Amino acid sequence: MDIPYTSEPRQDTGLFNAKVGIWLFLASEVMLFGALFSSYILLRVGAEPGEWPHGLLNIPLGMTNTIVLIVSSITVVMAWASLKMKNFARFKLFQSITLLCALAFLGIKSYEYHDKFTHYEVWLKDGKIADGHLVENNADTIVLHHAHYVDKEAAAKVTHAWQEREIKEEEITIKKSDIRLREGGKLDMESYGPWHNTYTAIYFTLTGLHALHVIGGAIVIFFLWGPLSGMWKTDPERYTNRIEISGLFWHFVDLVWIFLFPVLYLL
Amino acid sequence: MQATTHALPHGAVAHEAHHEELGFWRKYVFSTDHKIIGIQYGITALIFLFFGFCLMMMMRWSIAYPNTPVPVVGPLLEKVLGADKGVISGEVYNQFGAMHGTIMVFLGIVPLAFAAFGNFVVPLQIGAPDMAFPRINMASYQAFVVGGIIMLVSFFIPGGAAQAGWTSYSPLASAVATQGQTFWIIGMVFLITSSLLGAVNFLATIIQLRAPGMTWMRLPFFVWSQFVTGFLLLLAFPPLEAAAIMQLMDKVAHTSFFLPSGLQISSLGHISGGGSPLLWQHLFWFLGHPEVYVLILPAMGIVCEIIANNTRKPIWGYKSLVYSALTIGFLSFIVWAHHMYMTGMGTKISTFFQTTTMIISIPSVIILTCLFLSLWGASIRFNAPMLFALAFLPMFGIGGLTGLPLGFNYSDLHLHDTYYVIAHFHYVVAPGTIFGLFAGIYYWYPKMTGRHMSEFWGKVHFWTSLIFMNLIFQPMFAQGMAGMLRRMADGGANYSAAQVPGAIGGLSPMIMHFNQTISIAAWCLGLAQIPFIINFFWSIKHGKPIASDNPWEATTLEWQTPTPPPHGNFEKAPEVHRGPYEYSVPGAARDFTPQNEA
Amino acid sequence: MSDNHDAHDFQKHVKRYLFVFYALIVGTVITVAASWAHIDSVAITVAIALFIACMKGFLVAGYFMHLISERKMIYGILLATVFFFAGLMYLTIWSMQPESLVHIR
Repeated sequence: MDIPYTSEPRQDTGLFNAKVGIWLFLASEVMLFGALFSSYILLRVGAEPGEWPHGLLNIPLGMTNTIVLIVSSITVVMAWASLKMKNFARFKLFQSITLLCALAFLGIKSYEYHDKFTHYEVWLKDGKIADGHLVENNADTIVLHHAHYVDKEAAAKVTHAWQEREIKEEEITIKKSDIRLREGGKLDMESYGPWHNTYTAIYFTLTGLHALHVIGGAIVIFFLWGPLSGMWKTDPERYTNRIEISGLFWHFVDLVWIFLFPVLYLL
Repeated sequence: MQATTHALPHGAVAHEAHHEELGFWRKYVFSTDHKIIGIQYGITALIFLFFGFCLMMMMRWSIAYPNTPVPVVGPLLEKVLGADKGVISGEVYNQFGAMHGTIMVFLGIVPLAFAAFGNFVVPLQIGAPDMAFPRINMASYQAFVVGGIIMLVSFFIPGGAAQAGWTSYSPLASAVATQGQTFWIIGMVFLITSSLLGAVNFLATIIQLRAPGMTWMRLPFFVWSQFVTGFLLLLAFPPLEAAAIMQLMDKVAHTSFFLPSGLQISSLGHISGGGSPLLWQHLFWFLGHPEVYVLILPAMGIVCEIIANNTRKPIWGYKSLVYSALTIGFLSFIVWAHHMYMTGMGTKISTFFQTTTMIISIPSVIILTCLFLSLWGASIRFNAPMLFALAFLPMFGIGGLTGLPLGFNYSDLHLHDTYYVIAHFHYVVAPGTIFGLFAGIYYWYPKMTGRHMSEFWGKVHFWTSLIFMNLIFQPMFAQGMAGMLRRMADGGANYSAAQVPGAIGGLSPMIMHFNQTISIAAWCLGLAQIPFIINFFWSIKHGKPIASDNPWEATTLEWQTPTPPPHGNFEKAPEVHRGPYEYSVPGAARDFTPQNEA
Repeated sequence: MSDNHDAHDFQKHVKRYLFVFYALIVGTVITVAASWAHIDSVAITVAIALFIACMKGFLVAGYFMHLISERKMIYGILLATVFFFAGLMYLTIWSMQPESLVHIR
């Protein structure tokens, strides 16, 4: 006996095996990201006023990435439709655009990550806080670009992404001897990495996990598109189903980003 | 198709002739055959169960005779874990405690109850040739092994394994300065992945690969229990995976997901704060409570199969069983915070969880009642599997009923974190689930190997296990109600009335004395497993050969295959014509009518 | 969607996909525009952003993932998931209410 319903649908459920499998898997993914979104809400509701940053991320970049993913979603579904219409060449073309979009998304994302890892908050001995991008780290001074001094009281009143944009940005040079020291003698300056506050923590965790999904999905799509595409000749129906399954995963990845973008960038 | 032809245990080779012959590695190690994977899971899980039990036997020494060298294994502990003179220190005790829980739950019972029995039995019972996704099945087992190895390796890293209990509450889990917790989290991520792959596979198999005529209401109850269990694993594990990822970030990237503002612990260094310890508990128990039903439902399924078979009667209230299992599945997702009354969540939410907790006891009682009523008026065959199955009923009953005071907010305040809790959930899981699993092993062993396990030694194993299990856990109720807290390496000696004369609430000499009796009973329970271990391996080659492919004269489809079932399971695709428990049908020639009999 | 459609049928599908695509782009632009519209109420800002995100999510799940014409079994699985997801989120956040003793502040 061979395993039935690998490509033809079962009578009573109307589904082939992998379709059931992928939806079950996506259900568990909903719970995975659902738990992280719940954590996001809980941490945000519980944050001290002013501790939750608004407008920390670059909205045009986030928007570009949103559009990149939407484009990749339409090309995935068009690629599948092309197979259904027996047009293999068009499928190849569409899926290659999908893969380029995945690369573009990851490229932009890593630029944004790099941007946060070089973005520093520096506590000075006189109580002032400088905030900007570290461009020079010399023996006795540091130089921050696009920097400003933070007014904690004013920052506590910020509730929207657009408000902080009104701050004037300049280049600031700080003497290391002016920087406050932490316990243990380290300079009290910190980049906006995941350790910085609960916002950056959940930002890096959510987008990092999402990026892993993008990578995983792209790898699957690449293998079906390249090395495994010979199956189109031997078993076109099953091959088309596989493309549909990988597409369902890809759309889910897009779906997660549709919620991530406003939640992390805009609110 | 009927049950007589393929009596020879290894006669199955002939059926495989048309398949290409696989080498040793492909056949036994990297197998994609659900039966081999089931057996792999089973043996690995049994080894982990025994290992977890060994940890507990050593801990029981520390509880009964604190600060004295452990006999027999003391030198080994000194060599391997650096235990000074073979004495179990607080740190080592905490490692053992955390790993005992983790290993028993995630590496022992879940793999045995869900993955091993599910893999071996479910496709056979629904009349499928294999699981829906055989290669994912293999990946699931491999992820399980990797997770297990990571857990074991963590004992040997500097500072040793995780020490924050199997619940790994933050900030304690993050504050322990060693990397044991990091290993624990990474191991858990592998185990969770394994369970998720398994759950997807099981559900897809049950939904898609039922044989023609095998409608939902003709599924054996064991399949239903696995179906509900699959859903619990599928939907409850991801939040724990999310929590594990966040705790990993806390540990590795120095985030503060679970670390509140103002927390100052030197091992943590500089932290931003702003996190919520409560969040961990929510996400952990969102898995943790459905997990309880993951542990118990497969055992209920096994017990139901065996009771039907050995009472030679249809199960009383098959539909009630199915709907109760489904109700349990749904409700188990909204009762989790009854583990968290002591966190001060607030009275309204406590009341909500208290109410749902009381409601969920109803379907559990219905299942137990149906199984009890099934015994009524039967001429019962008291063989080894049946004895274990019968003992399951009162043992699970004790475990379940003693859970009610823990489900109530006010009585829980007193009993929380005491030995009462330990006794309660061990009654559910140890003489409950594990007895169910033993029953399953004795019951399906002939289908796996073509030979019976020794009936006599099976009964020795049963009676000794039953007696010692109760000697271990019954006194713990008293200890807990007297206020003895769990997780104390000295068994509460510091709080004994002898230590602090006149102190209010000191533990009385009798309560303290139970520590020794419990420990001795625990070691005897260890000895009682020796007949089982020998019986299990000896019978593979030397057990009594089965008389037919259907030695128990059962109705379900797994007995209508050659023994052991060949690759692809059935000689020709089975067709199902009747319900799962048609025993003693009036007018039938025999007292059982298999599901595939027209 | 696994039935046998002829090419003409799929032309219609393709048109629908393109329509969804444009709607998603427009939705993205509106979300960003709304967040820059200097609406003072935080609640309204959040509501608008989440509403549009839900609409976009519905379009992707409904049309790209074909949920709009999927089989009952899939609906069943997803319904259970939505129920448990809602329970997780709602009950977790409920425990953070001011009457609770353990909210983070």
